Amino acid sequence: MSTNHNHADNAKVFVANDERMHWHDQALWFVREKRDKASKSIPEWENLREFASQIKTHTMANLDKYLLEFEKNASEKGITVHFAIDAKEHNEIVYKLLKEKEVKKLVKSKSMLTEECHLNPYLEQRGIEVIDTDLGERIVQLRNEAPSHIVLPAIHLKKSDVSDTFHEKLGTEKGNYDPTYLTRAARAALREDFLTAEAGLTGVNFAIAQTGGVVVCTNEGNADMGASVPKLHIASMGIEKIIPRLEDLSVFTRLLARSATGQPITSYTSHFHAPIEGGEMHIIIVDNNRSQFLASEKNKKALNCIRCGACMNTCPVYRRSGGHSYEYVIPGPIGSILGSKKEPEKHNSLPFACTLCGSCTNVCPVKIDLDSQLYSLRQDLGKANLIDSRKKMAMKVTAWLMGKPALFDFAGKVARKIVPKLPNSILYNKSNVWGRQRDLPKMPEKSFKEMFIAGELDD
Amino acid sequence: MKIGLFIPCFMNELYPNVCKATYKVLKNQGLDIDYPLSQTCCGQPMANSGCSKDVKNLAINFVNTFKDYDYIVAPSGSCVSMVKEHYAEFFDNDKDYNKIKASIYEVCEFLHDVIKLENIQFDMSFPYKVGLHNSCHGHRVLKLGTASELNIPYNSKLENILNKVNDIELVELKRKDECCGFGGTFSVAEEDISVAMGKDRIKDHLDSSAQIMTGADMSCLMHMDGLINRNNYPIKVMHIVEILAGVRP
Repeated sequence: MSTNHNHADNAKVFVANDERMHWHDQALWFVREKRDKASKSIPEWENLREFASQIKTHTMANLDKYLLEFEKNASEKGITVHFAIDAKEHNEIVYKLLKEKEVKKLVKSKSMLTEECHLNPYLEQRGIEVIDTDLGERIVQLRNEAPSHIVLPAIHLKKSDVSDTFHEKLGTEKGNYDPTYLTRAARAALREDFLTAEAGLTGVNFAIAQTGGVVVCTNEGNADMGASVPKLHIASMGIEKIIPRLEDLSVFTRLLARSATGQPITSYTSHFHAPIEGGEMHIIIVDNNRSQFLASEKNKKALNCIRCGACMNTCPVYRRSGGHSYEYVIPGPIGSILGSKKEPEKHNSLPFACTLCGSCTNVCPVKIDLDSQLYSLRQDLGKANLIDSRKKMAMKVTAWLMGKPALFDFAGKVARKIVPKLPNSILYNKSNVWGRQRDLPKMPEKSFKEMFIAGELDD
Repeated sequence: MKIGLFIPCFMNELYPNVCKATYKVLKNQGLDIDYPLSQTCCGQPMANSGCSKDVKNLAINFVNTFKDYDYIVAPSGSCVSMVKEHYAEFFDNDKDYNKIKASIYEVCEFLHDVIKLENIQFDMSFPYKVGLHNSCHGHRVLKLGTASELNIPYNSKLENILNKVNDIELVELKRKDECCGFGGTFSVAEEDISVAMGKDRIKDHLDSSAQIMTGADMSCLMHMDGLINRNNYPIKVMHIVEILAGVRP
């Protein structure tokens, strides 16, 4: 098993700072509670989830048809549609469009797809300045970090961390931790970037096949600035962002913000259905290994994801290990599925970074069977020999022993005789991981089976 | 009505008194209980570790052991959910397995749904402040209680049953159904997160002034008991059947 990408090793580091780990846990639990409250304010919540699941499942089953319908309708509105098979092709298309217009500075709103494609370094290497304009994204960009959450990219940072970064990069007062002060400073700097950038790139929350337009949901209005001020607007989307009709959108906008942050709706739900006057609008539709999910009976529902982040907020492991511990562009339960399916060798520890508690499946607004998929991905890794060989051997031996009731009983009997006599130095030796921080249960004199056979139950 | 008692392997070895309490609770309802000796393990530890293909023989042994009972009852929501949810891959619409799948119950679920709440009689007092730890598989897979994430009417079979015990005081926890971090081999593979989750779960109980932490899965309780004993936290764990059998802490 690769040790470079082991979630447990990364988690160990995060947990070691107990105060910060609990602060992180509590911050995300607060969001989860807001989500609970918002979802319970709508009596038809569970029906909405079911509708959303059915719309997405239907769309994914007819994706070829809807993608072509979208392309046709978008083209008729003067939008140029590009298809990219992978990250490389996506980045090349973006670069070509920017180069044609001699773009020196690009403003970006949040797009997990461009994170997945590593677009920023690709463009920067080619001399283009890239400014992330979502506040959280801007903070992590200034720190040379990856987002640790898909909706709250800087949730791993405290006010003081942001203040230090802004002091260094934006020249704010040292030691001023006031969020309003810091936000205003970022806003002033970003305003300058919006006005001087020659192109804007946005992500896409929903692409409507029927209308040929895309919808972007933000709380900061930064996507609107980026798409409306510069003459060139590029929107990047995965193939799974398609929904059939405008009326379907209402199901998702009711679910998205409530699931994500507990807001009834995002501050901005912006529809882009044409280039601005005298400008150009391009949409790049990217596969980048998504179609392998379509072909998988067990994992295809993962494509239903609308990137609300609710599964992260509720995940007791994510809350205590932080987004960076996953080492995949999307962390938490959905990221563990996407990462380990796409690159099983690299991300083989992710399906095991989970207790199978099932809370993620219950919060998912599109009813992805997250915990079942994580279970079945474990089996896929087992079959592909991608789990720890010692663990595999231990499981094989246990299964063999359990297949022989008499031998199993005998082994238990021996253990009950020997274990109580062992000194703690042997019982709690280094290889006893359970016993490092936990006491072992006390060995009873007899097993239940022995008590039953001896007729000791009806006393 | 013939009932086969399914005792999880680790409980047989480590918690015979909890198994005995299970037996007693069912006997106290005047039920005909049998404990078939050929049972071993449901295979959950291997399956959750990605080795479900090693489990096939255990699944076949399980079905052969329990196929002739009207009901199969176990003091573990987790092991029951393993048999119900993850055995299908080994049995191609097999008649015996389908029957087992429909007639296997966690013990409180069995009392609540089959014997029926109004028919169970517990004539005992348990004058303690008790925190109920809702173990995930029982809670979210078997739906012993309404998960806090869902917008559906609230119910809790475990609370309903505990409320039939005299003098018991169920305390209100801040996080009603947060996972304790046991998770089978997760407890070892992700030791640090597992321990952190367990400690947080215990703290929630301590903050609510619980004297006893109870639940329907001994595995979760074993994990937290290990932490409680190591750190001398002022709380004790008891499996729910121990309370129902009249055991005192």
